[in-house]
Amino acid sequence: MDDTLLIARAQFGLNIAFHILFPTLTIGLAWLVAYFRIQYERTRDPAWLATYKLWVKVFALSFAMGVVSGITMSFQFGTNWPGYMASVGNIAGPLLAYEVLTAFFLEATFLGVMLFGMDRVSGRVHVASALIVAAGTTLSAFWILALNSWMQTPAGHIEVDGELIAGSWWAVIFNPSFPYRFTHMLLATGITASFVVAGLSAWRLLKAPGDAAANKTLRFGAHIAAVLMPLQVFVGDLHGLNTLEHQPAKIAALEAIWKTERGAPLTLVGIPNEEEKRTDYAIMLPKGASLILAHDANAELKGLEEFEEHPPVAPVFFAFRIMVGMGVLMLALSWVGTFVLRTKTPRWLLWAFASFTFSGWVATLAGWMVTEIGRQPWLVQGVLLTADAVGGATGAELGASLTAYVATYAVLLLSYMVTLTHLAGKGSA
Amino acid sequence: MTIDLPLIFAALMGVAILAYVVLDGYDLGVGMLMLWDSEREEHDVMIASIGPFWDANETWLVLGVGLLLVAFPVAHGVVLGALYLPVAAMLVGLMARGVAFELRIKAEGWHRELWNWLFSAGSYLASFSQGLMLGRFITGFEPGFLPWGFAALTGVALCGGYMLLGATWLVLRTEGALREKSAVWARWGLAWVALAVALVSIATPLASETVRERWFDFPRTLYLMILPALTLAAGAFTWVSLKKSDTLPFAGAVTIYVLAFAGLAYSLFPYVVMDSLTIWDAAAHPSALNFMLVGTAIVLPFLLGYTFYAYRIFRGKVKGGSPYG
Ligand code: HDD
Ligand code: HEM
Ligand code: HEM
Repeated sequence: MDDTLLIARAQFGLNIAFHILFPTLTIGLAWLVAYFRIQYERTRDPAWLATYKLWVKVFALSFAMGVVSGITMSFQFGTNWPGYMASVGNIAGPLLAYEVLTAFFLEATFLGVMLFGMDRVSGRVHVASALIVAAGTTLSAFWILALNSWMQTPAGHIEVDGELIAGSWWAVIFNPSFPYRFTHMLLATGITASFVVAGLSAWRLLKAPGDAAANKTLRFGAHIAAVLMPLQVFVGDLHGLNTLEHQPAKIAALEAIWKTERGAPLTLVGIPNEEEKRTDYAIMLPKGASLILAHDANAELKGLEEFEEHPPVAPVFFAFRIMVGMGVLMLALSWVGTFVLRTKTPRWLLWAFASFTFSGWVATLAGWMVTEIGRQPWLVQGVLLTADAVGGATGAELGASLTAYVATYAVLLLSYMVTLTHLAGKGSA
Repeated sequence: MTIDLPLIFAALMGVAILAYVVLDGYDLGVGMLMLWDSEREEHDVMIASIGPFWDANETWLVLGVGLLLVAFPVAHGVVLGALYLPVAAMLVGLMARGVAFELRIKAEGWHRELWNWLFSAGSYLASFSQGLMLGRFITGFEPGFLPWGFAALTGVALCGGYMLLGATWLVLRTEGALREKSAVWARWGLAWVALAVALVSIATPLASETVRERWFDFPRTLYLMILPALTLAAGAFTWVSLKKSDTLPFAGAVTIYVLAFAGLAYSLFPYVVMDSLTIWDAAAHPSALNFMLVGTAIVLPFLLGYTFYAYRIFRGKVKGGSPYG
C-alpha cells in the first residue's frame, strides 16, 4: 500500500472517529434534555428547570463540537476520496444532500431558538424547539446510516452506460443492513448519553453528597441504561446474523474462524496470527460460534480460507471484543446500579458510574472499527475498492493537514473534557 | 421541453454560496471586529448578537459544498483537491471559532479572554482562507508567485468585506456606544472594501484571460459598466445611511455583496473549474439530479419559512447577559 493511501485513510479515520464521538452523545442527549424540559413545563418545579439548564449546557457544547468536526467531514469526502464521488456519487450524493436539507438546517435553526429563545417564545414553542432539535439529530443519523449501510450491503443500484445510478431509491435506502445498523446506532447513542448523565451526576455526588438534582439524574441515567442495554444486546445479535448473511468474510474475521467447519468453537480471547492462519493462546468455547451465529450448535460456518479477499483479522477481532466486553460490563453496571440505587447511594457505586462516564464512546468507536475495517479491502462492498478511490492531494499536503488536525483535535478534546467535568463538579445549583 | 438540470443546480449552488457569504460573513465579521474593541462587556453583547444564528449560517456552507459534491461530483474532487491547504486552514479556523464560542460561555477571568481571542483569531483565519480559495479559483489554480499573490489579495479583501457586514450588523442589533463604534468600523470597512474591490477589479482581468475577454468587448462593456456603477452607488448609500438609520446600512452592505456576486458569476459562468470544466461536463447523472430536485422543491419553502421565523423571534436590539435562559 502506498503512502498517500495510508495517510488518506489515517486522516479520514481520525476525523470521522473524532466526529462520531459527538453525534453519539448528542442524538441521545437531545431526547433526554427535551424530556427534562417537558417535565419542567408540566410540573413548573424549579428543580427540573435547573436540571434542564445544566444539561442543555453539556448538550450545546457537545453539539458545537459535532457541528465543527462534521463540517470537516463534508469536505473530506472530496479531498481524500475523489474516486469515491466519481464512481458512486450518483448514489452517495443525494443521500448526503437530503441529510443537509432535511436535518442540518432544522437542527441548527431550532437549536438557536432552544438555546437563546427561552424568554422570547412561549413555553410550548420552546418545548417544540427542543423536540425538533432531537428529531433533527435522529433524522441526520437516518440519512448518514442509510449511506453507510448501502456501502456495506449495496442494493437497488443499476449500471447504465458505465455509470452507477439508483434503480430504486427505496431499495438503496432500505438496503439489507440498514434497519439493523440504524437501530443499533440509535440505541448506542441512547446508552452513551445515559451513561454520561449518570457518570457526571455521580461525579457531582462524590464532591457534594447531598445534591438532590444529581441524585435524581444519576438514577434517571442508570434506569434508562438498564432498559436500553438488553435491547442493544438483542439487536446486536440480529445485526451479526444479518452480517453473516451479507458479509460472511467480515464475520469470519471478527470471530477469527480460519477453517470452514461444523460446530465451530467460539474464541473468547486470543491473538490472531495471520501469517500462520491460527489464533495463538486461544481460549475457546466448543461449538460456541455456530451456536451464536447460526443458532444451531452443529451448523457449518465458513472460514477465512474460503474467501479470496478478507479484512485484516487482528483489528476487527480485538475491536469486536472491546465492544462486546464493554457491552457486558455496561449491562452489569446498569442493572446492579439500578437495583442498589433503589435504597442507597454507596461511594463505590458512584466511583463505578463516574469511571464509566465515557464507556459508550469506547464501545461505539470499537463498533465502528469492526464495521469499517471489516469491510476492507472494499470501500463499497463488491463495487469499489478503497485503493481505487484515493487521489487528489499529495502526501505532503495530507501530512501537513493531518498534523494540524491532530493538534487541533487534541486541544479541543482536552478543553471539552475539562469543561465538562468542571460543569459537573459545580452542579446545577 | 427538457429542463437544463445542471443549470438549475448551478443556480442553486450560487444561491447557497451567496447566502453563506452574507450570513456567515456578518458573524465572521463580528468575530474579527472583537479584536478591535477593548471593552470587555461589549464583547458579550457582540457575541450575543450572533449567538442564535451562527450554526445555521454555517450550514449554508455545508449546503454549498454539498451541492458541489452532489450535482458536480467530478468537480468536487478537482476543486477541493486543488484547494486542499486553504480548505484545511479554513476548517481549523471554523473549528477554533465554533468551539471557542461555547467554551467562552462557561469560562471566567483570563480563560474567557483566551477563548475570546481564539474566537477572533479563528474568524480571521477562516475569512482569509475563503478569500484565498476564491483567488485560487479565479486563476484556475495556476501555480506561481503572481497567482498566489492575487489570491492573498482576495483573502485580505474578503476579510475587509466581512468586517463591513459585521459592522453594519452591529449597527442593526446594538445600541448606545457600541452602535456608534460600529458605525465608525463600518466606514473603515467601506473604505477597505472600496480599495480592495478596485484592486481586485484591476487584477482579475490581468490574472485571467477569460475574464478579460468577457468584460472588455465593446460595446458590451458599456452595458456591463452598470454593475460597477450600481456597486458604487450602494457603497455611497451605505456610507450616508450610517448616520440616519440602523437598518439601511446592513441592507446597503448586502446589496454590495449581491452586485459583486453577480459580477463574479458573469466572469466565471459556466465553469466549475476555470477554463477547463463546465457545469455540463461535470454534472451528475440526471436520475440523481431529479431525485434531489424533488426533495429541494419540497424542503426549501419550509427551510426559508423557519429561518425567517427564527430571525423574527430574535429581532430588535440585543442585550448582554447569559444565554440558554
Ligand atoms: C454503546 C455502544 C454499543 C454497544 C454497547 C454494542 N454495540 Fe455493537 N456496534 C455499535 C455500538 C455498540 C455501533 C457503533 O453502533 C456499531 C458500528 C456500526 C453500527 O451500525 O453499529 C456496532 C457494530 C456491531 C456489529 C457489526 C455489524 C456490521 O458492521 O456488519 C455487530 C455484529 C455488533 N455491533 C454486535 C453487538 C453485540 C452482540 C453487542 C452486545 C453486547 C453490541 N454490539 C454492543
Ligand atoms: C461514524 C462512525 C464511523 C467511524 C468511527 C468510522 C471509522 C472508519 C475507520 C477507522 C476507517 C478506516 C478503515 C481502514 O482504513 O482500515 C474508515 C473508513 C472509511 N469509512 Fe468509515 N467510519 C464511520 C462511519 C462512516 C460513514 C457514515 C461513512 C460514509 C457514509 C464512512 C465512510 C468511510 C470511507 C469513505 C472510508 C475510507 C476507506 C478507508 O479509510 O479505508 N464511514 N471509517
Ligand atoms: C462520514 C460521514 C459524515 C459526514 C460527511 C457528516 C457531516 C456532518 C456535518 C457537515 C455536520 C454539521 C451540520 C451542521 O452544520 O449542523 C454533522 C453533524 C452531525 N452529524 Fe455528521 N457526518 C457524518 C457521519 C455521521 C454519523 C455516522 C452520524 C450518526 C450516526 C452523524 C450524525 C450527526 C449529527 C446528529 C450531527 C449534528 C451535530 C451533533 O449532534 O454533533 N454524522 N455531520
